[in-house]
Amino acid sequence: MLNALVKPVAPNMYRYDEFDAQFVGERVNQFAGQVARRLSGELTEDQFKPLRLMNGLYLQLHAYMLRIAVPYGTLSSKQMRKLAHIARTYDKNFGHFTTRTNLQLNWIKLVDVPAILRELADVEMHCIQTSGNCVRNITADQFAGATDEEIEDPRPLAEIIRQWSSLHPEFVFLARKFKIAVGACESDRAAMLYHDMAVQVVKNQAGRTGYKVFAGGGMGRTPYIAHVMSEFVEREDILAYLEAVLRVYNQDSRRDNIHKQRIKILINTIGPEEMRKRVAREFEELKRMGTLQLPREELDRITAYFAPPKFETGLADTMPDAGPDFANWVKTNVHKHKAPGYAIATITLKTPGQVPGDATSEQMDVIADLMDEFSVGEVRVTHEQNLVLPHVRKKDLPAIYAKLKELDFAAPNAGLITDIIACPGLDYCDLANARSIPIAQSIAKKFENLDRQHEIGELKIKISGCINACGHHHAGHIGILGVDKKGVEFYQLVLGGSGAEDASIGTIMGPGFGEHEIADAVERVVNVYLAERKDGERFLDTYRRIGMEKFKAAAYQGAVAA
Amino acid sequence: MAHQNHGLQMLTANRLRDGDVLYRKGSGWVLMLADGDVYPDQASADAALAAANAELVRNEFVAPYLFEVREDGGKIQPVKEREIIRAAGPTVHPHTGKQAGQINA
Amino acid sequence: MTKLIKSGAYAQDGFVPVGDDAALPDGAVIVSLARFQKDRDALLARNTPIGVKLQANENPELLGADVNHFSLIALEFPKFRDGRAFSWARMLRTRLGFTGEIRAVGDFLYDQVNYQHRVGFDAWEVPDHFTIEMFNRALSEMTNVYQPSTDGKKTIRELRAGR
Repeated sequence: MLNALVKPVAPNMYRYDEFDAQFVGERVNQFAGQVARRLSGELTEDQFKPLRLMNGLYLQLHAYMLRIAVPYGTLSSKQMRKLAHIARTYDKNFGHFTTRTNLQLNWIKLVDVPAILRELADVEMHCIQTSGNCVRNITADQFAGATDEEIEDPRPLAEIIRQWSSLHPEFVFLARKFKIAVGACESDRAAMLYHDMAVQVVKNQAGRTGYKVFAGGGMGRTPYIAHVMSEFVEREDILAYLEAVLRVYNQDSRRDNIHKQRIKILINTIGPEEMRKRVAREFEELKRMGTLQLPREELDRITAYFAPPKFETGLADTMPDAGPDFANWVKTNVHKHKAPGYAIATITLKTPGQVPGDATSEQMDVIADLMDEFSVGEVRVTHEQNLVLPHVRKKDLPAIYAKLKELDFAAPNAGLITDIIACPGLDYCDLANARSIPIAQSIAKKFENLDRQHEIGELKIKISGCINACGHHHAGHIGILGVDKKGVEFYQLVLGGSGAEDASIGTIMGPGFGEHEIADAVERVVNVYLAERKDGERFLDTYRRIGMEKFKAAAYQGAVAA
Repeated sequence: MAHQNHGLQMLTANRLRDGDVLYRKGSGWVLMLADGDVYPDQASADAALAAANAELVRNEFVAPYLFEVREDGGKIQPVKEREIIRAAGPTVHPHTGKQAGQINA
Repeated sequence: MTKLIKSGAYAQDGFVPVGDDAALPDGAVIVSLARFQKDRDALLARNTPIGVKLQANENPELLGADVNHFSLIALEFPKFRDGRAFSWARMLRTRLGFTGEIRAVGDFLYDQVNYQHRVGFDAWEVPDHFTIEMFNRALSEMTNVYQPSTDGKKTIRELRAGR
């Protein structure tokens, strides 16, 4: 329900001009034509599938699922209200924020999709390339533009990459999907090293700003950490460099085995040195051609859209005192902002018992009001299935917290054991082997006690319902992989993964645990950490120090034979 | 609980226009698993799948496939968890899907 | 049965396909890469146009310095999902400076024609039912483009600057 007292605020983000609007409008018409040709039979399902995937439309267990792009996780309040409206009108009143910062709707009808796309186009949104074997949504650090850690806001670059990759004629039928992330800090909040390609804003020895490019990271059946492709690419060369990587991938990737067609496999096969050589060749040629050079004026023009809001000055920089519950929430969910008197507030969509990452239409509408009233009309979606209000005044935090409590989104658990990532799993997904959401719920309920959560500290649990790893279990401090063993759901534990700048791939512990045992097994593992940890160690640190053995012994002790 | 599986199968697909889950009955489709045909042997199951595949050109449904069921206390139940969920709806949103009577006519 | 579309109209295909072990007839012929590599000298000695059909895994650089002896290079789409030929066409036009006909053959969709056109294809072997009207429509669904490609079409960025 729109709060009549709160005016929608113009956001500090990219705004479509007539070219962007026409592009999206024509794309909608194109897809409407493709839907008509499918319904008439002019297109078979086999022919239609890549076309609908490139407009974000999957056929899942119960219905079609539509994945709406949220470029670099940034949404305006107007867009949030439109998402709420679409979920209400065309779906079942809720949506799911994903590990690639998009929004998924699970009960969509094919015949409604053209109308949905038109409504999205009205608020400068689309579903272009959110699936298919093409460049997918560009994701970014959720604190971009607000944190003092960054060299600069990486989102202008993300927008430039988004435009360059949109319906790129050479790269819409790649061997597999291609995911790109951008960042501008040493801290990696976007899991950059697990992406097919990542771009980090850096400064070179001479103090000049440029880009460090990584490639070959990935989740899935065979996880890899990305390799450095170039330590420093000049600003004006970045699109030429990225195109060079894509070109080598499109030309040289296998096409004979769908499980071996990501760029991570190509780089692992030929080696990063050979990959760099091939990329360098294409890059040099593109530079000579000059058509992909990024002029400084263009970078500045796009950057201007993301200019920070006018921050108030003279604000008190102290945290308000609003009781112990509020203080607990601040401890985990509030982060330092670059402007004095301001803060970054994380809304965890992870209240124990809830479906991780889900929000109802009503909740989305209230969040839109919060965005307008407290966060210059802007919110960010994180790859951990949470939301962030990037620019809030510290003095407004108690009011925000009170509103979040009404919404049941006030769990003070960002980064704690109950802040779990879970894919939709077998409840929704056609590819899944096991359910993930109920496991997340049972673990969150078990560890609900806040004192206990704080005692445990930072512990990232990530749950995938199948080997495709959309729940990022390889990057979990504790990862959980659902498997199907003779028709029964089992859950394997994976320990020691990290999706941050200290990226590591988790190690599988051993045979899986049953649905009713996995939460207990996690508890036994956590107890080993609590017993063994040295001062200041997170779970991940203790695991890295002592290894798997004690965790494994404890986990299987008392477990029913799997 | 002990159950009998004599290789019973059913045939399912998704309706093209809305993605709704369908179950084969006769030469048509129904929305609820309980109303669908059960094939007692491989020959009848294969015949049903072949008939459905031949009808794909009608562009009414997609991706037909066979799955195992068993008789459990007089009721027909899928063997695999996936098909149980597909027939009923998501376990985490019990107020949605066929289990909640939400049928797209 | 297939038709050839070139320059926005149906065209006669002047090239006779010749199997790897078949004798070479007079006139313009199109052969596989393997056949060309085997009978290169004989083929180049003829005074008639030659064409080569490359499979999706055959990098045009394999043609070496001979690339511009061809009047026609057909790029096969074994399955529409296999998008390598988009890069091969682009390479032919740019790095290899090929100015002859680049023909799309095999399994490709109406919805790929626009992308093919952008990266340098200028001829399409299409099924009988594929009309010129469909071809023109395929090229007109998206008025503008964000990124430069072989077609030299002005990008949205250039159009913005030109406003």
